[in-house]
Parts: sequence; C-alpha cells; structure tokens
Amino acid sequence: MTALPPSSPVKLGLVIDLDTCVGCHACAVACKEWNDGGDFGPLPDSDPYGKQPNGVWFNRVHSYAVEQDTAQGKRELTVHFPRSCLHCETPACVTVCPTGASYKRAEDGIVLVDEDKCIGCQLCAWACPYGAREISPQRGTMQKCTLCVDRIYNETLDEADRQPACVMACPTRARHFGDLGDTESAVSKLVAERDGYALMPEFGYQPVNRYLPPRARRDGCDAKPAPREETLDGERLPGVLRWLDRVLSR
Amino acid sequence: MRPTFSIIAFTTLSGIGYGLLFLLGLALATGAPTRPFLLFDAVHSLEPRYGLLAALATGSAFASVGLLASLAHLGRPARAWRALSQWRSSWLSREGMAAIATFAPIAAIAIVLVVRPDARLALRLLGLLLAACCVVTVYCTARIYSSLPPIRAWHNRYTVPGYLLLGLYGGALWLLVVHAMTLGAGGLFLWAMIYCFANAVVVAPAAALCKRAYWCQLDSLPAQGAGTATGLERLGEVSSFEQPHTEENYLTHEMGFVLARKHSRRLRAIAFWLIVLSPIAMIVLEWLVGGPSLFVGAAFGTLGIFVERWLFFAEARHTVMAYYGR
Repeated sequence: MTALPPSSPVKLGLVIDLDTCVGCHACAVACKEWNDGGDFGPLPDSDPYGKQPNGVWFNRVHSYAVEQDTAQGKRELTVHFPRSCLHCETPACVTVCPTGASYKRAEDGIVLVDEDKCIGCQLCAWACPYGAREISPQRGTMQKCTLCVDRIYNETLDEADRQPACVMACPTRARHFGDLGDTESAVSKLVAERDGYALMPEFGYQPVNRYLPPRARRDGCDAKPAPREETLDGERLPGVLRWLDRVLSR
Repeated sequence: MRPTFSIIAFTTLSGIGYGLLFLLGLALATGAPTRPFLLFDAVHSLEPRYGLLAALATGSAFASVGLLASLAHLGRPARAWRALSQWRSSWLSREGMAAIATFAPIAAIAIVLVVRPDARLALRLLGLLLAACCVVTVYCTARIYSSLPPIRAWHNRYTVPGYLLLGLYGGALWLLVVHAMTLGAGGLFLWAMIYCFANAVVVAPAAALCKRAYWCQLDSLPAQGAGTATGLERLGEVSSFEQPHTEENYLTHEMGFVLARKHSRRLRAIAFWLIVLSPIAMIVLEWLVGGPSLFVGAAFGTLGIFVERWLFFAEARHTVMAYYGR
C-alpha cells in the first residue's frame, strides 16, 4: 500500500553533524560495503574496474565552500555534506508509487522498497528532491537507504553494533542514529541543543533526519574591531565650548 | 531531465489517440449525422459507419502504441500489471486504469456499429462515455508530471491544459486524415470539417499560446542553489567545490540534462510555429494541391507536438541538481 501509515511515535533517523564531518567518505563506503552483502544486496556496478564505473550508492558526500562576510573581511568555511534518504514523515516517493513497492513502515517510519513489486518506473526518484533514490540498471529496480534495517534489529550482532553501517564507520562521530520521535532520546537532545534543522522543509515532506549546522568559528574574525578614538585638542576650542569640554570630561 | 524516447512517445501518441477518440465520442454523443457530407457531387459506395470504425481503430492504435511505448521505460516491464493497484494515491496508477477502462466504450461502440448501427441512443451514450474517459485519461497523464514539486517545469498550472490542448490538437489532425482516407476526396462528415477548422482557428493557437505562457513562466523561475538545498544559505554564499563522485551516477545522468536549455530558443520557435501553421497549411494545400497534403500536414503538426514534448522533459530542472551546483 502506498497510502501512508498513521504517524508513528517512533521515528528512526540520522542526525548528521556538519561541524565535525571531515568529508572522508567512510560512511558512503561502509554503506556500499554493507548493502552489497546485506539482506538487500548486492548493489552491482556497471564497468566497476573500467574507465567509467557507475553504480548505486545510498550515501553521497558533497563538499561545499561557504563564503562569509566577517568584520575582518571575507572568510570561507569548508562544509562536507553527506546526503542520503531522510526517511520523511510524508514522503512523496511513497505516494507516487503505482505498485505499492515503495512503502513507509508503520512501526518505525523507515522508508523501503519492496524489490519484488518494483517495476522500475523511476517516478519515486523524480518525486524526491533530496536525490535519495537511484535505480540499478542491472536489477531493474529502485534502490535506496534502508537505514540498515537488517542491522539495527539484527540479534545476531552485538547490541553495540546494531547501528547503521554509516554511523558505525564515521571516524569523527559526526553521524548519530536514534529515535527522533522521542524528545528524551540522545539524538533529539542533540538536535535541540545544536539547533538541528531539516532539509528543504518547504516541500512539506517532513524529513526525519536532521543536520547540525557548523558551530561558530573561534578564529576571532567575527569580533568587532574597537571603534577608533577621535582626537580633540580641547585647548584649541573657543571659550564656551572649551569650558563645556572640560566640565564633561571630568 | 533526460528526455527518454519511450516517455515522449507515450505522452504524445497516447495524447493524440485519446484526443481523436474524444472528438469521435463527442460527435456520437451529440448525435452528429453518420452520413457523409458531400462537398462535390461525388457518390460514395462506402457506408459511413466504416468511416467511424476507421477513426475508432486509428485512435485506439495511437493510444495503444503510446501505452506500449511507456512499458519500454520500465526496468521490469513484465511486472507492469502491478501498476494498476495504487489508484488511491498514485497518478501513474490512475492513468493506467483510466487508459485501460477507455477500451471498454471503444469496444462497445465498435460492436454496436457492426451489429446494430441504427441504435442511436446507445451510440449517443457510449460516445459520451468515451469522450469522458478520454479526458480523464489525458488529465491523469498530465497529473503524473504536474504532481511532482521537485520539477518546477512540470509542477505548474500550464502542464494540464498543455497536455489536454495538444491531445485535442493532434487528435483533430489525424481524424481529418483518417476521414479523408476512408471516405475519399470530396466526402467528409460535416462535424469532422467543423473540428478541422476549429482546430486551425481555436485549438492550435490556444495550445501554442499556452506553451508560450509556460515558457515565459519557466524563464522567470528563480535559480535553486546549493544554499537552499543544504540549508547553509544563512551562513553565507554556498558553492560546490568537490563532487561526491568522479563519474556520472544515476542522478546526474537522469536529471542533469543540459543540451535542451542550450538550444531552447530555436526549438521553442520550431514547436510553436509547427503547431500553429500545420492545421492551416494542410487545409490550404488540400484545397490547392490535394494529394497527400492532409497526411503531410498532420505529420508536421505531430512533429510540433514531439518537439514540444521533448522540450517539456529536456528543459526541466530537478531540484536535486542544486546539490551538485548544476
């Protein structure tokens, strides 16, 4: 069914810290590695060792320069920006699906594709402004982030390992996984503390994932320079003003 | 967006087919005479109902070829039947259902025309049903695209009228051709002639002006940059300095098509004038020269629709390209 389930109190998702992400692509590689072999794999590539390798990745890391005007002149911030499925609360990729292959889980809000039903019409990829979906020409079906649903509930793994592969791999702990529907959860507190935000809320799809903005820099560029003191030789003023200057200067 | 041939063929051919069937349904519903209107004193041995059957077959053929072309776009065409299940939320599903449902009045009209051509009330009701089904189907086709907010070139108020008008336009072109071919020179249904002139004078200019207004609106859209896409705009001016991958991926291949925007002025002018001039030219040439003028005119008009539809897909930008700074 592509009709959306009633809003679930559990909203599993990711919180990505743009302040600490160093753009190493470890999350993207770990994601590709896990999902090539997990329940949803393989993720075949075309021409993998050739000149133009091409294949499905659920996670892509962009790098941006943010030019800022500061009191001390121009400054450029480097922001690395991992982009993956945001597991929206009202995802258009689910409602446009003509077959019911694309669905949102009622129990935890994870958005998934049922490979056995997908006809590969690509309408869901067109409907997603975040570029979360890529089709596999080899499989003829749409692929997307599963939030590692085959890890997070996997009782054969140690409890500490029941996290999405991208979160486990991040060397700077810029990625956090948890229940964003629970205001008391560690991720929700982090979002509240750091002013976490959703991407392009104007589309109304209500993404669950949150991004934490870069913290204010401590390079001193934002400090306002002290106003320059004006010099005035009081003795050169005409009589009344000289007296006024002397009185006010006391 | 990448202008995939299968989708262009699907939207244009099915639009023409349903446009033709709509006009036929309308003629039957209004009780238009099924006797040919003779321009000259030519006498026709052909029974008029065969003219109607030929039009019915032509419209169905256009629609069927269009629908089959859409299957070529699927990664798993053998599972296409599954697309008929989610009509409650998906316009693609609704389109599929409406397209298939339209074959019911088509089949019923064909049977009535063959078995009991004098059953006028049945033909009127079935004609009305056919016309309604055709409008619903083309409306659903347009809604598949106009219901996608990340593609602003589709998600606007011009998409639905554009699809409806151009479907009607193409249908009228080919209706005239099929009539001329089955009834012979000099013999035409009066209503087919009215459609033909209405197409040249009303529908073609309306469709072309609708597209012109659409293109003006398209050019006035503000650019979407990485700043809004990443939410970093409040920190400063955002520019992409490194792409996430060195080679193309599905997104940049499917949604990063640039060629059309480079040549858009010329292609828009070609589409505009082909649409406006073809129906007038075919009438004038038929009157002056005869021969295959009608067919050639309809072919040029159809080419105009193809160019328009190619631009509709190829010029459209997808929001996701903002992440790539393209």
